[in-house]
Amino acid sequence: MPMRCNFLHLIISSTVAYDANNARVRVPPPRNTDRHAFHNKKTEQCFVNDSVNLQLTRRRFIKGVIFSGAAATSGAGIYLAANAQSGNGGMERLITLTINGRTRRVDVPPTETLANTLRYRLNLTGTKIGCNRGECGACTVLIDGVPNYACSVLTHNVKTKQVTSIEGVKNEDGTLHAVQQAFIAENAPQCGFCTPGQVMSAVALLANNPRPTKAEAAQAMSGNLCRCGAYEHYLNGVLRASGQIA
Amino acid sequence: MSTHIGFDFTPPDVPGKVTGEIKYAEDYKREGMVFARLLTSPLPSGRVVGIDAREALRMDGVLGIFTADDLPPVAPPGNPALASEYVSFVGQPILAVAAVTEEIAESAIEKIRVDFERRPFVVDPLESLTPGGANAYPEGNTLVRTEEEGPEGTPIRGAEIRDVKWPQSAIDALRAGKEPKGAEFTTDWSFGDLDAGFAEAAVIVEEPFVTIGYPHHSLESRTCMAYWENGKCYFHGSSQSQSANDNGLARMLDIDPANLVFINEATGGGFGSKIGPYPYMAISGNFAKRLNRPLQLRITREQEFYIGSARSGMQGWIKMGVKANGKVSAIDLVVVNDGGMTGAGSGNSSAQHVTVAYQPENMRFRGISVYTNTTPRGAQRGPGQNEMAAVLAPIADKAAKAIGMDRVAFRRINAIDSNGFQGGGQGPVTSAFVREALDQGMRTFGWEEKNALAKQNGSKVRGLGVGIGYHGAGGRGYDGLVRIGTDGKLYIHSGVGNLGTYSYAGTCRAAAEALQVPWERCEIVRGRTDNHLPHSSGQGGSNTIFTHTRTNWVAAQDAIRKLKEIAAQDLGGEPEDYMIGDERVFATAEPSRGLSYAQAAARAIELGGKFSGEEYPDDINPITQRAVQGLAGSGLIGVAKDNIPGEGQPPGILVGFCEIELDKDTGKLEILDYTAIADCGTVVHPKNFENAMRGGAVWGVGLAAFERHVYDPQNGLPANTGLYQSKPPTYLDVNVETKMGAVNIPDPQNPTGGRGIGEPTQGAAAAALASAISDALDGHVFNTAPTTTDMIINHLAGNDYSTKYLKTNTF
Ligand code: FES
Ligand code: FES
Repeated sequence: MPMRCNFLHLIISSTVAYDANNARVRVPPPRNTDRHAFHNKKTEQCFVNDSVNLQLTRRRFIKGVIFSGAAATSGAGIYLAANAQSGNGGMERLITLTINGRTRRVDVPPTETLANTLRYRLNLTGTKIGCNRGECGACTVLIDGVPNYACSVLTHNVKTKQVTSIEGVKNEDGTLHAVQQAFIAENAPQCGFCTPGQVMSAVALLANNPRPTKAEAAQAMSGNLCRCGAYEHYLNGVLRASGQIA
Repeated sequence: MSTHIGFDFTPPDVPGKVTGEIKYAEDYKREGMVFARLLTSPLPSGRVVGIDAREALRMDGVLGIFTADDLPPVAPPGNPALASEYVSFVGQPILAVAAVTEEIAESAIEKIRVDFERRPFVVDPLESLTPGGANAYPEGNTLVRTEEEGPEGTPIRGAEIRDVKWPQSAIDALRAGKEPKGAEFTTDWSFGDLDAGFAEAAVIVEEPFVTIGYPHHSLESRTCMAYWENGKCYFHGSSQSQSANDNGLARMLDIDPANLVFINEATGGGFGSKIGPYPYMAISGNFAKRLNRPLQLRITREQEFYIGSARSGMQGWIKMGVKANGKVSAIDLVVVNDGGMTGAGSGNSSAQHVTVAYQPENMRFRGISVYTNTTPRGAQRGPGQNEMAAVLAPIADKAAKAIGMDRVAFRRINAIDSNGFQGGGQGPVTSAFVREALDQGMRTFGWEEKNALAKQNGSKVRGLGVGIGYHGAGGRGYDGLVRIGTDGKLYIHSGVGNLGTYSYAGTCRAAAEALQVPWERCEIVRGRTDNHLPHSSGQGGSNTIFTHTRTNWVAAQDAIRKLKEIAAQDLGGEPEDYMIGDERVFATAEPSRGLSYAQAAARAIELGGKFSGEEYPDDINPITQRAVQGLAGSGLIGVAKDNIPGEGQPPGILVGFCEIELDKDTGKLEILDYTAIADCGTVVHPKNFENAMRGGAVWGVGLAAFERHVYDPQNGLPANTGLYQSKPPTYLDVNVETKMGAVNIPDPQNPTGGRGIGEPTQGAAAAALASAISDALDGHVFNTAPTTTDMIINHLAGNDYSTKYLKTNTF
């Protein structure tokens, strides 16, 4: 049942591209105007749409067509590992967490990561997700005082632990933690997306080693990637927070 | 005397970054928000012949599917938000699915079946130019201009895709490091007499080179959220720019720009990949409209690798002639760019770097950009200039050595000054003081002292390097807008984006300086269109410091004029009889006779007309006109277009000096010292300047020693889609101490004296490191960027496998 292909109607008018300097370049329509014929000849059995009505969306077209053959898709999933086990991430269960010294009761499926719980259930969006795969450290939180990638920890596994996120590092009187003050003084963040994670690692470092050298600080914070390259500013911030520079 | 320019301050968004309170696009939620995810191509090249989404659409919670049919058509090599018939790179989005939860959207993606026909693919430009080589697009492999490029400021140029093949002899010649005779190019310029230049040369150096593209990897991916209310689209995006997005994004959404509210308080990095609206913004905005729900389209880290743009790579050849006195008499340059799936390459900018760094007396450039079935390419921090800086530095060192000249002295003789030129058109620059920068750098770094030290220490060998980074750094003709409120405060409206460079804040200091208002009494108004923001440049090309200190300055001057006119009207005399100071306008002869800024603002509202923004100059952009209309009647309005006279390109130039220790057993290198001196006019914000220098140095290390695309040439699959494998430098890969300084000579064409410096900070560091690696290995020129540990080890083992044949996009 050869059908006509509506893809071909979609690439006909002049449009705009950008070159590597982001200058706009006008790209005229393809000159080959008999592409239908070309494709009819070559791949007749593959044509998929029974309509030439441009108003039809592919959704309608999709609904009307059956295909055989190997499925090949790539969705770059972030939930899939969990979903494979139990539908949409498994049954939510009400658990009790201690976050920033407060008890929080929250429904969480067993497959959910702490980063997701913090950001999307508790609205603690200071914890950033840069990679969601343990490569960048943007999601760093403290679990019983130890820095951890929240994207790589299941929330159900921290039920009995003390979790500290960036929202919880201020001093009790509401003033900023010495690390935060020092980072401001050093103008340390650039884009700031890695900053909450850098703060968490620096807070943990100073709790263990109150006067680190710059090289020690670099070691301790090396799990926190900064694409802006603000490393030295953060290290200066650590030295400032530890009273080694003023 | 300067009160703000050249002094430190804390940009207002810094505290929010250290507390986590500042919001990025993905931090926003909205009542009823639904979630979309992308289905992307698993193939480097193919044709979509069928999509079956019935099962996905039957799932509970799935709301709909969005495809290329739902968007205006885009012809190749435009980068469509969603592929229609052809897919051209792994990870190219094909459709989006929306659902009530993100988990359901993602599960639905898995239920969709797509049938493809495979097409031939290519990941190496030279392979595509080879007779019989595959083309990335069915139409061909390169973009050919069909119209002459217009004068500066006329962006649209005609072009078409064509199939270009080179004779095999030309391919072989280029791979062997010789001129590719008989090859076809799409860009070609020259000045002077090349043959005469080479005839004058005492030394001629001829080398091939290859630089490998790599992704931007902005730490915040380009997740967007949009919703519609009363015909207006509210769009939370992640962009380098603010006002510069308005028109393009409105076009994508098919609305009048007046109906767009673009919200972008903070952006988690862009590095050139988010200068203007990116194609995927069309999905969030239009899908939200169709579903009539707030919609978030999440882009994952892996997807950001695919669609977040990347630097173009180069395969090329250079021949440099140098006279006995060290002056570069002739350069012949060939660049084949890897355009990925969309880029037009940046060879011309590479050639421009050559002109600025060595001011050759005669030069020819020939270039072609070839599409490959790899990720879309776009501007990335000093596109063209910085990778050229990295490969050129060791070649220049070789030339200097051949005529027996010190490497810094060689650069000094050839350095650009204020009478110098840039680019193939040999256009003027506003000012340049590179010799001064080299002298200052030599002293700070201790070039001569370090050169006198022993090189070898067991298996470790020291290397010293010097490099130059350059990028055009400023634009003209944008608008400034300030308001003095009845509270007496100065509100500086900025349409500049916030990509982490803080130039939005630094440039506002120009208005505070001109109006002599203490910084605590100033407020920067920015971050969303409905804050009434003026027409501003896109935050790319290191331009913002130059461009927007000027706009804020002219807006402040307009406010000062109005203050004086109001005072003259109310208190007698002529406007010229008045001056400003201490947040007052007062009679010069009788300082007690005057008005406070707060009083003048109240009078401006009463007087109306131009004073309070009911009227405005007719040369301001429609974006600024709308902003002024929104502010009318709320204070004393200063608004003006930057018509400051002048000509020439404001250059941002940096010189870098690097000392490394290279372990000959492991190939690992350690940076012992890095010193950088900038020629960027007056330093506007010292603390921020220092940080820009450090951040740029990290990027330079990545370019020279680590980062590259790796594709499997058998299947065209990318092998390093994550951060870990792509290897942006970490804390442990870079020096922990950068020494820096600035020549600090004001640029005559900027009222604050400033010029930009963002991009050259990377180029200088990359060049200095490449130069140091070569120096450590007795002047061996790898002719590669990056020069990775495996390449160094292979070279030391006498194996040229990893640097032969100008291989790109692979090991
Ligand atoms: S988001 Fe957790 S390590 Fe990157
Ligand atoms: S400040 Fe941008 S990623 Fe670190």
